[in-house]
Amino acid sequence: MSREKLVVIGNGMAGCRVVEEILKRDPDRYEIAMFGAEPRLNYNRIMLSPVLAGEKQFEDIIINGEDWYRDNRITLHTGQQVVSIDSDAKTLKTAAGLAQAYDRLVLATGSDPVVLPLPGATLQGVVAFRDIDDVDRMVAISGRGGNAVVIGGGLLGLEAAYGLSRRGMDATVVHLMDVLMERQLDHSAGHLLAEALKARGIATILGAQSEEILGQNGKVAGLKLKDGRVLPCDLLVMAVGIRPNAKLAQTAGLQINRGVMVDDAMRTSDPSIFAVGECAEHRGQCYGLVAPIWEMCRSLAETLTGVDGAYVGSTLSTRLKVSGVDVFSAGKFAGGEGCEDIVFRDAGRGVYKRIVLENGRLAGAVLFGDAVDGAWYFDLMRSQADVSEMRETLVFGQAATEGLRGLDPSSAVAAMADTAEVCGCNGVCKGVIVAEIVSKKLTSLDSVRAVTKASASCGSCTPLVERLLKLTAGDAVIEHRGSQPVCSCTDYGHGIVRKRIIEEGLQSIPAVMQALEWKTPDGCAHCRPALNYYLLCAWPGAYRDDQQSRFVNERVHANIQKDGTYSVIPRMWGGMTSARELRAIADVVDRFDIPAVKVTGGQRIDLLGVQKSQLPAVWAELNAAGMVSGHAYGKALRTVKTCVGSEWCRFGTQDSTGLGVRLERFLWGSWTPAKVKLAVSGCPRNCAEATCKDLGVICVDSGYEIHVGGAAGLHIKGTEILARVSTETAAIEMIAAVLQLYREEGHYLERIYKWMARVGLDSVVTRVVADDGQRRELFDRFVEAQSTSQEDPWADRAGGLDASEFHGLPVTLQVAAE
Amino acid sequence: MTIETINRLWIEVCAVTDIPTRGARRISGTKRPIAIFRNGADEVFALVDLCPHKRGPLSMGIVHDRSVTCPLHGQRIDLVTGELMGADAGKGCAPSVETHIENGRVFIPADAFCA
Repeated sequence: MSREKLVVIGNGMAGCRVVEEILKRDPDRYEIAMFGAEPRLNYNRIMLSPVLAGEKQFEDIIINGEDWYRDNRITLHTGQQVVSIDSDAKTLKTAAGLAQAYDRLVLATGSDPVVLPLPGATLQGVVAFRDIDDVDRMVAISGRGGNAVVIGGGLLGLEAAYGLSRRGMDATVVHLMDVLMERQLDHSAGHLLAEALKARGIATILGAQSEEILGQNGKVAGLKLKDGRVLPCDLLVMAVGIRPNAKLAQTAGLQINRGVMVDDAMRTSDPSIFAVGECAEHRGQCYGLVAPIWEMCRSLAETLTGVDGAYVGSTLSTRLKVSGVDVFSAGKFAGGEGCEDIVFRDAGRGVYKRIVLENGRLAGAVLFGDAVDGAWYFDLMRSQADVSEMRETLVFGQAATEGLRGLDPSSAVAAMADTAEVCGCNGVCKGVIVAEIVSKKLTSLDSVRAVTKASASCGSCTPLVERLLKLTAGDAVIEHRGSQPVCSCTDYGHGIVRKRIIEEGLQSIPAVMQALEWKTPDGCAHCRPALNYYLLCAWPGAYRDDQQSRFVNERVHANIQKDGTYSVIPRMWGGMTSARELRAIADVVDRFDIPAVKVTGGQRIDLLGVQKSQLPAVWAELNAAGMVSGHAYGKALRTVKTCVGSEWCRFGTQDSTGLGVRLERFLWGSWTPAKVKLAVSGCPRNCAEATCKDLGVICVDSGYEIHVGGAAGLHIKGTEILARVSTETAAIEMIAAVLQLYREEGHYLERIYKWMARVGLDSVVTRVVADDGQRRELFDRFVEAQSTSQEDPWADRAGGLDASEFHGLPVTLQVAAE
Repeated sequence: MTIETINRLWIEVCAVTDIPTRGARRISGTKRPIAIFRNGADEVFALVDLCPHKRGPLSMGIVHDRSVTCPLHGQRIDLVTGELMGADAGKGCAPSVETHIENGRVFIPADAFCA
């Protein structure tokens, strides 16, 4: 008997997911054909933002490769636009004239971006943010820098602005409403979001109505607002919303309102035609978020495999994908009649939480700055659990609530119900993940993703999935966080390389390359410095540093300049200097005829234009005046900037200078995955700018706030507070411990803030702050490493070490002698 | 020391072991600076020590396989031909200099000193 013909129009996320769900239930029931208008494979549209931001590549977001269609015997027609449906004859026609008969038809035609009918909307450089072609266009334009204006301050618009700003453009978001993401955020959270974006260099203009897009030579040049303001721009992105694409449904005479109308079984007004995803309208609702679309797909798959699905609509939750800005919203976030609010604010950490209760049950939540408990709240909302008993601690999150009720926070994962949802994007619950890990003996995050799809979309539940994996598979787990290989010489990522160096006791670069089957004879300029660092960190004192695997700056302990000369920066402990040091520097400048002297941002003095052959002699003189290498050239501890603190300043609360000097004397000489800069400010006025350093200390009356994860270079990032301690010694121990953890876990060239974004601040707090034993161990390991690293590289070389490095081969032509 | 082959005068510059493995030395005293490289397989190469991209000193780069990565902007150069590699292939060349090894000593042609 021949199988029924199922035709799916739309090769996007919804179309493919329906087919996957059907195959899961009844793989042999249908002969399946799919039509896609885009000339490419199926990709994860919600991950376009990370692609735009340069955090992922297109290949990373492909959902189903060609083999998926082949293996499941699906006929795929890409680049084929279906133009009409004849519901009486049960056939459809494509633009190219192809006719296809169906028994059952699924419309998954998605949506179109809304284009505002503004004058100038067709100018070059005006784009929507909908598919990979839009992303390519934006990336191309952003390569030239300049200004970008994004119309629309919703989820998509903000992610577009963030991506463009990451790509080096000055981005401005123009929003009609007076709150960003007003469909998900209340005023307070919207305000905090605007501030957070501002700190990342993204401007927002609220309550602004666009009037006209201005052009020059056919290209966009600016946006004119109703109030007369003109915002010059080289790129204008319209992200003002989407409209269900129901054009095709019209040709079939289906009932249409905003979208194609469907019942709870996802059936349209024609019993053989179904609609799913963004093109569908269910009980008056059209959805543009991924979780409800997955729910629709499951219902439709049930309908198509025998039992009519019963979709009843979705509770919505949203997360913003902007690195470092934690935003979560779900349900009735703004409260209303009969609702009670519980609000928590922590201005210091920039945290705002609002929990909305209705009849003793959770009705909605907005979280800003700390959204780790988003999934937990969402779970409580959907289960409609009575939360009156935990009301007092509810706003502090799951750990606090369950901790107070006698549950250890780390066992929270174990205590989760099997039906609790882990991955909201793909609708995967705990039970499914655990069952698959057990039955398929899964041991890596990637394999769990491949089998269950959990954490495979937006990735925000990755820590939870990993905890489940650890809990279920125990020691068998293979750590494989960054699937990105170190470089093209190997297939292994940084994490695995570091792990195997330790586990297998690999002691040299050739040993690592052998054991991990490097594909090149002696690596390249990317992997060799990384391996050299990993070995140095793994075996302090024992590993022999490979000079030829170090970048020139770390080999000659100075910074190479564009003309091949070097810059020399001696250490000035905590930014303090003296007449004697300054005099010695002046003498060196005179004696060696050094062309430029510059004060650096790190409170030191830079001697520029030194010839390589002069370096040892320059260092010898600086050494003689008591100065040592400032490591301004290395992936190493750079500088500790300070303000004058309580010693001089009328506002100073502690001796910030003294602490800075102590820190620098203790930490200097340490090699790290990427450069590490510190600062100590004597009061919250923060004159030493500690909140944009890798590690910072803000002194307060009661002691010291330890800050981590700031940056003010290519990316600007404020720090997060790691802990508050009351003594200098405790501050130093905390800082050394977190630095050691970073030394042991960081990927080469990954700054502290990126490492933190990868492992999560919580994981750092757990190990460095909450666990005294672990902190002590980290501190001890750091001290051990320092015992062999605090020899001044300048003194060694001024004394003759690596002399050949600094001198050319003296060969003269003496032809006359022949 | 110098040696003469047919119509060619070679000047000794150093011993192979004077060059660090996977490293380089620069010869001073030539008209254009010359970099002598030694790779992991103990092969010796010589190039004019100027990266075709922005004249960076190749002798300061990281040597891997038969190539060197320039320290200024990470361009990769073929040690045999002096050509830029990868995405920049065909966009420039650091002129290569012949080398001759005899009894563990490295020689380059006398004319390389004046070219």
